[in-house]
Amino acid sequence: MMKQALSGRLIALTVLALVLFSPPLLLLFDRPAAWNFSTLPVVIYLVWAALIMLAALILERSDAD
Amino acid sequence: MLTNLVVLVVAFSYLALLFIIAAWGDRRAEQGRSVVNSPTIYALSIAVYCTAWTFYGSVGRAATTGLSFLLIYLGPTLAMLCGWLVLRKMIRIAQSQRITSIADFISARYGKSGGLGMLVALIAVVAIMPYIALQLKAITVSYGILTEYPNQRPPALSLSAFWDDKAFWVALVLAVFIILFGTRHLDASERHEGMVTAIAFESLVKLCAFIAVGIFACFILYPGPGALLERAGSILPDAGLHFGLDQIPGGPLGWFGTLILATLAFITLPRQFQVLVVENVNEHHLRRACWLFPLYLLLINLFVIPIALAGLAGSGTGEPDNFVLTLPLSAGLQWLPLLVFIGGLSAATSMMIVETIALSTMVSNQLVMPLLLRWRRLHLDRSRDLSGWLLGIRRIAIILILILGYLYHALIGEAYSLVTIGLVSFAAAAQFAPSLLLGLYWRGASRNGAAAGLLAGILVWAWTLLIPGFALSGWMSTDFIEHGPFGWSLLRPYALFGLENWDIYTHSLFWSMLANISLLVGVSLFSRQSHLEQTQAALFTNALRPEAEQAAIWQGQANRYELFGLLSRYLGRSATLRLFDGQTPALDDDSPAPPALIAKAQQELTGALGSATARILINSVVRGEALDLASILSILDTTSQTLEYNRRLEQKSAELERIGHELRSANERLLELDRLKDEFVAMVSHELRTPLTSIRAFAEILSDADEMPADQQQHFLQIIVRESERLSRLIEEILDLARLESGRMTLHPQPCDLTELCRQAVDGVTQLFQQRAITFTLQLPDTPCPLMADPDRLLQVLINLLDNASKFANADQPEVLLSLQPGKRRFRVNVEDNGPGILAQEREKVFEKFHQTEQQADSGSHNRPRGTGLGLPISRGIINHLGGRLWVDEPQHLAGACLALELPVARDEQQDKAVDQLSS
Repeated sequence: MMKQALSGRLIALTVLALVLFSPPLLLLFDRPAAWNFSTLPVVIYLVWAALIMLAALILERSDAD
Repeated sequence: MLTNLVVLVVAFSYLALLFIIAAWGDRRAEQGRSVVNSPTIYALSIAVYCTAWTFYGSVGRAATTGLSFLLIYLGPTLAMLCGWLVLRKMIRIAQSQRITSIADFISARYGKSGGLGMLVALIAVVAIMPYIALQLKAITVSYGILTEYPNQRPPALSLSAFWDDKAFWVALVLAVFIILFGTRHLDASERHEGMVTAIAFESLVKLCAFIAVGIFACFILYPGPGALLERAGSILPDAGLHFGLDQIPGGPLGWFGTLILATLAFITLPRQFQVLVVENVNEHHLRRACWLFPLYLLLINLFVIPIALAGLAGSGTGEPDNFVLTLPLSAGLQWLPLLVFIGGLSAATSMMIVETIALSTMVSNQLVMPLLLRWRRLHLDRSRDLSGWLLGIRRIAIILILILGYLYHALIGEAYSLVTIGLVSFAAAAQFAPSLLLGLYWRGASRNGAAAGLLAGILVWAWTLLIPGFALSGWMSTDFIEHGPFGWSLLRPYALFGLENWDIYTHSLFWSMLANISLLVGVSLFSRQSHLEQTQAALFTNALRPEAEQAAIWQGQANRYELFGLLSRYLGRSATLRLFDGQTPALDDDSPAPPALIAKAQQELTGALGSATARILINSVVRGEALDLASILSILDTTSQTLEYNRRLEQKSAELERIGHELRSANERLLELDRLKDEFVAMVSHELRTPLTSIRAFAEILSDADEMPADQQQHFLQIIVRESERLSRLIEEILDLARLESGRMTLHPQPCDLTELCRQAVDGVTQLFQQRAITFTLQLPDTPCPLMADPDRLLQVLINLLDNASKFANADQPEVLLSLQPGKRRFRVNVEDNGPGILAQEREKVFEKFHQTEQQADSGSHNRPRGTGLGLPISRGIINHLGGRLWVDEPQHLAGACLALELPVARDEQQDKAVDQLSS
């Protein structure tokens, strides 16, 4: 049971990462900000960090099984 | 400005440090206190992914094409997020099948096919060689900049002056390192703990070096990131660099294509397969590595943009690729550039070490050994000791690979833009992904399909990336790029079939994957798998199932001596002796080797030589077909085990369901009992209240009325007395009932005579019967009827029955009859009356507590005392306790109700005793 839940969460997280790192959503974040730089780099780094944190939470929490 | 000497001393001291660390790691492993046995070390070793290309090239890419550098790291992040599912499966398979390289893995998956292994090994060598050259170039260039700054002319390379090129010496030192720590012994697992320790250390060094430059750029060169941004912002966006999606080559589509390319390549690059799968010590390390490694990537990329900005804003000079180095150099620093150089050196060397080991294993196991073994004239199959051969081949392969890499670097390096080589190599390695990943999950993928897909994919790759790349380096006419070969514009390499305006990597990935996957799937669907292929396919796809832990078992026969000979030729004597528990079989020992030993032997050989070769070798000594049937049977066996397991589960659930049902009905029964109890309490209090009310009423009348005729007073007092009696009788009966129901009623069975008891009962009620003018008939046998009973209680029951009968007898001419019929086993007593009788549907209800028949309720108004409704339940309880039964029967003599009771005859000895007692 636990294993099933873990796989489900990881697959969902991967799909989420793929969607977040793919063009349709990225185009939304591609806006000019200070000094005409795009906001894209900041958004990507933040999303990246958040995904790593989620992965750590998912993988380390289910240490029991 | 650092002198040549200082840089050289530091660089080679660093390499010497690597030797020490690797030796330490190996020694710890031998002592059983492995350093590598830690998820953190494992994650750091995966960071071999970050090569010199990352270290220097990321900044260059960021400075020219904006965010595209990030894709190379977002891809592996994606792969690691689901790594616990995919990579763990690969690790599990590699460990159970002793797989040593990606070529071995793919070959084993498709029926241990030697041809497929060769194909993969060849592709890997061709595609990766330039990548190794890229590392050497990075070393040469960075060394040149460090020592010649501010002169940044790339050092002229020529083969004739190779001893001047430091990269050559670095390659030489690495060759020694790899031979020392990569081929020290033949081990079934092909793990190199010392090497992994050194790689993990190098990963730390390059991370620290890069972050140091980043901090320097952000906080020392400029007062803070804000100031840096402001300075860069005033120049750059106007120059077109604003880090948007439109800057990526190919736009959003190019972004997506490169992302997928990096994801696939991360798993299939030979060096990544080596550290991820082969060098994995414990699959649980993967759990932490799955987030720790992406974190590493994030950290090493954190300062790429600031460094690029600082470089572009004027602090760096020359090529953007070298900003990491020129930034601190231009500030006049001494030691930071040296640290950067060491960081770049560590990135380059770690990649070269792992890649060379992975390639040399492939070359020796998949390419050279199978060919040598088939070359009959060498008579290798009869040679005594081949383990030396094997190590020798591997060492030669290592040297050759490094020399080839160096030649590539020295001869082509300047002409052909090496910066693009990274992605070109990625695209080649990605061709392994379909057969690898589909093979993990789709049992139907066949050898022919995999071979066709790989060939087609690699041809498309060569046409769309490799050859045009060479052409653009000026080696051949570039006409065919613009107009297609022979003027066929449909075949233009960068716009195949007219697909234009894509960036070249996405374009190549699309066409090569299309060809690769569709051929793999198509051919697999239309070809038949051999038995071995089916077995291997099942073992691979089911690897994560718990029951899959079994190896193919050999069915054929081999004698121990032959097997010993074979193994000692390839593994050396000591390893073989360990396998045979330290005993050398005698020359004439032709006792058959047990199947488990043969399987073990194959595993060991697989570890040393690859699965395809091991299979050929084992076949050479095993007589009779080394049947795959056996392994198919073992798979069938696991299937039947699963079925058995399922069946047991089903049984369990049925049992649970039954227990649940029982619990439910027990609960229902409890609820019903609870309801009955409530009802009983309500009835008891009602029954108690009625006599109490009348007693109180009459007592009040008597106390209030001073002048009342004496006879009326007397009458009222009689009522009070009668009701009090009824009340106490009621309470007595309730107590009896409570005792009966709780099982606390104590009976004192003793021998007694039923005839006598009947007489006593009749005597007891004679008075009453006379008052009611009842005609009473008594039918008793002449003989005594001995039985064991509590005489007082039995008497109580008989009187109760007679009393009831008298109440319900016909009002005008009441008749009651009591008869006792002795039987062999039971005595039967009937009490009948000539009243209205009891309806058939009422016959069981009269035994319920407080049940009052309607007739009784009607007749309640007559001058008859009402019953309590407890007499019959109590009577039945007593009779049941005495082992008899009490029920309403069909009347035999009179027309009214008939209550019958049966009691067992006392057993013989009891009867004797009873008779004795009675007679005395």
